Amino acid sequence: MDHLLELDGLSVSYRTADGPLPAVRGVDLVVDAGEVVGIAGESGCGKSTLASTVLRLQPKDAVVEGEVLVAGRDVLTMGWGDLRALRWAEASIVFQGALHSLNPVRRIETQIAEPIQLHEPGLSTAEVTARVGELLEQVGIPAARSRVYPHQLSGGQRQRVMIAMALACRPQLIVADEPTTALDVMVQAQILDLISGLVKDLGVGMLIISHDLSVLSDVCDRVAVMYAGRVVECGSAEQVFRAPAHPYAKALAQAFPRVGDPAARYAPAGLAGDPPDPHAPPPGCTFEPRCTLAVDACREAEPPLLDIGGRQSACIRVGAA
Amino acid sequence: MTASDGVTPLLESSGLGVRFTTRTGKVAVALDDVDVEVRPGEILALVGESGSGKTTLARTLVGLQRPTSGEVLFDGRPLSYSSKSLRKLRSEVQMVLQDAVGSLNPKQTVYESVAEGIRLHKRVASDPAGRTEAELVAAALSEAGLRPPERLFLRYPHELSGGQMQRVLIAGALALRPRLLVADEPVSSLDASIRGEILALLLGLRESLGLGIIVVTHDLGLAWNIADRIAVMYLGRVVECGSTEEVLESPRHPYTRALLSVVPEIEQLTPVVLTGEVPDPTRIPSGCRFHPRCPAYADGTAGAAGIAEKCRTAPLPVVTAGGDHRVACHLAATPES
Amino acid sequence: MSTTSPPLSARQIARRRRTAAWRRNWALFRGHRAGLVGLCILAVFVVVALAAPLLADGEGLKVTKATGGVLESPSGEFWLGTDESGRSVLTMLIWGTRISLLVGLLATAISMVIGTVVGLVAGFFEGWTSRLLYRLTEWFLVIPFLPLAIILAVVLGRSLLNIAIVIGVTSWPATALLIRSQTLSIKERPYLERARVLGAGRWHQMTRHVLPNVMPMVFANTTLTVAVAILSETTLSFLGLGDPGRVSWGSMLEGAFGVGAMTTGSWWYIVPPGICVVLVVLAFTLIGQALEEVFNPRLRER
Repeated sequence: MDHLLELDGLSVSYRTADGPLPAVRGVDLVVDAGEVVGIAGESGCGKSTLASTVLRLQPKDAVVEGEVLVAGRDVLTMGWGDLRALRWAEASIVFQGALHSLNPVRRIETQIAEPIQLHEPGLSTAEVTARVGELLEQVGIPAARSRVYPHQLSGGQRQRVMIAMALACRPQLIVADEPTTALDVMVQAQILDLISGLVKDLGVGMLIISHDLSVLSDVCDRVAVMYAGRVVECGSAEQVFRAPAHPYAKALAQAFPRVGDPAARYAPAGLAGDPPDPHAPPPGCTFEPRCTLAVDACREAEPPLLDIGGRQSACIRVGAA
Repeated sequence: MTASDGVTPLLESSGLGVRFTTRTGKVAVALDDVDVEVRPGEILALVGESGSGKTTLARTLVGLQRPTSGEVLFDGRPLSYSSKSLRKLRSEVQMVLQDAVGSLNPKQTVYESVAEGIRLHKRVASDPAGRTEAELVAAALSEAGLRPPERLFLRYPHELSGGQMQRVLIAGALALRPRLLVADEPVSSLDASIRGEILALLLGLRESLGLGIIVVTHDLGLAWNIADRIAVMYLGRVVECGSTEEVLESPRHPYTRALLSVVPEIEQLTPVVLTGEVPDPTRIPSGCRFHPRCPAYADGTAGAAGIAEKCRTAPLPVVTAGGDHRVACHLAATPES
Repeated sequence: MSTTSPPLSARQIARRRRTAAWRRNWALFRGHRAGLVGLCILAVFVVVALAAPLLADGEGLKVTKATGGVLESPSGEFWLGTDESGRSVLTMLIWGTRISLLVGLLATAISMVIGTVVGLVAGFFEGWTSRLLYRLTEWFLVIPFLPLAIILAVVLGRSLLNIAIVIGVTSWPATALLIRSQTLSIKERPYLERARVLGAGRWHQMTRHVLPNVMPMVFANTTLTVAVAILSETTLSFLGLGDPGRVSWGSMLEGAFGVGAMTTGSWWYIVPPGICVVLVVLAFTLIGQALEEVFNPRLRER
């Protein structure tokens, strides 16, 4: 059976005046129905580029190699007609920044109805309205509120509307780019609850992108950690967050202290240095300049992503410390 | 450390209130009777959701916002809002604003940004070691962990990473040799790996310069990382305050408990996800202002203790500043039966 | 730069920073073909204006010293023919470049200073000063330009400086509105709050933070205003309100119109000054648009 989403050796680079700038380098990833997969990483690691490539929304100056298969069909080579049918109906995306992604002068009802009307022109107005009401209820907004404008909603409610829009055409796959960034802790918890519930009820597959590993560990089944365009660690959310193997994944996990942990009191865990310049990556492992476990061998070749005890890690020093 | 040990607080507020009239004529209460204090060399965390008034409190404490009631005392003396005394205050109390990217003038180099305070307060003339302006700027940048400093002098903000910008802002504040630094969400816009570095820097500055620090945050993990004391705010009031250990390990206010339970790392607590968001400050609920969202009120715990009526109608006393663990909650005030 | 080099003095740093900024802006400007074309056209006119005494004898402007016949068509002696008094149109055109450019720049300078100061103060301060200035700006904006300019020119008298003043005083409101809106948006930026936290007063905030950030807009706007000012000078001179003692492109057009060059077919008297006006205005507009893109990254991204 085909996977819901399969990335096969996906590489994306941008054309710039200083030559090609690699953003994503050889990523393999699979998302199945009913599964939530998270991609964690910091700004510039390529996670947002990856998310946009799934629906072929990458910028024009991006050069893509490899394959993106949604339900077994290659998104990168399909015709425009197929691609339009695929967007919304089979796979949809929730962008970060709900405030800017909603049209301020149109009622949320109209905005949610738009993709439905486009993809199912046969529906009557009454049917569409009923569907919009249903969607709003699904994301926890009373259907009676469907005639408000975005500015009348709070940040969390707007994010819920964005999710309702993504669900509008009953897609099998949802990509969420930083769905909770800029939301308060409590509202973030509400949205994460909503997402987990929807995945369970609707059986959809979901790819969540976030810079916050702790958020991902909360809702995801599997998590991939990206650094400098590559996946450096991939495993169950529990493994990656509780017992990370790659030194970078370790540093990310430790950045969020457990409240009550005496070891973290007055001892914030940090990682020195900045991510590598993509124009001049270091030889060998890209994380080596910031790594505390680095040895000479690390500078020789980029370590491959290897299976280690039920998960994958791209580090030759795994198990060394 | 308790209030009784006789140390004069560096900065304190008493009965601090800020209200403003909205365009529609309603009165919004951003701060209501807030008493907090921070002692020399102490790190205080102001914690709450957006709309809790924590940023307004920080701005009022540094004199950027004039209170409509109550007062702010620095070194035991009330702040006066003449431009001359505010200027003097600025050289002792500095603030690093929330938005690191926007806080640097895009037309100024790192050098100019850091030198700005030095020039405004004529620190070259008053430097005891007789250092030049460039030396003072270099020293401030090194203290903020940017070494070697000269390499950054000519950089523009857009050529810096987020962590570097935050450090430049901290350097700009440190160049004035303040005794208190207020940091508004110092790491929320930074990548996780840089977060720890900035927090370690703040801790180190307290250690090496004896700096008092007020850190405004929504992140309880951050408070656990660096703060000595915590004040939890809700809708313009402090609802719980005490030492970090007391407040985070044995929270007594249902709001603090709920906040703690949704921190993803704590799985031993059942998440108590509150419904809705912080209410509109023009319509503050009567009685306990948290009761419409309070899980203990909703699940009948308050009713069982016979105080549901009190939660709805009886106003709570103000949480006063000081060392002890204090809480504004009718339920917490009722002896366990 | 090695880490062992002695710390640079503040002035050295400032100078380096400035050269680096200029170089970067110039590189951006160079990438803009229309702007370069504008700059070349303008350069030609500036050279002509500066070298006027070398290119044509100034004596040729005096009616009494005229050597040609009345409205002679272009010939080997008079490349662009002569006017009704027998003066060489080419000589008048060359010397007119000086006057037209001078009036244009002078008027723009006046307009920019008034517009920038009014806009900055109206945007930065709150309360009645700001409201008053804003009303004043609006008031000037809605007064029809030509009647006001004509009345002012008549009252002040016909001289070169007066023409510049008239144009300057009537053309600042657009600049003021632009600067005011820019100031309003910059005033809300966090770096102004940071300056206040550092202890900066209003003067410091305005001169160190607001002004440097609106200056590029002022600069880009200036070039566009020069174009308008030159057109206005032409208009006023054409209406006979220019300096009677000096030849400008506008006064040439007036002269041509007065002797009916249009009906007698003396195209050489009308077309050259007309083309010059169009070219200079075009040059300034092209440069202005290019500068706007250089200074406004948001336009560049498109």
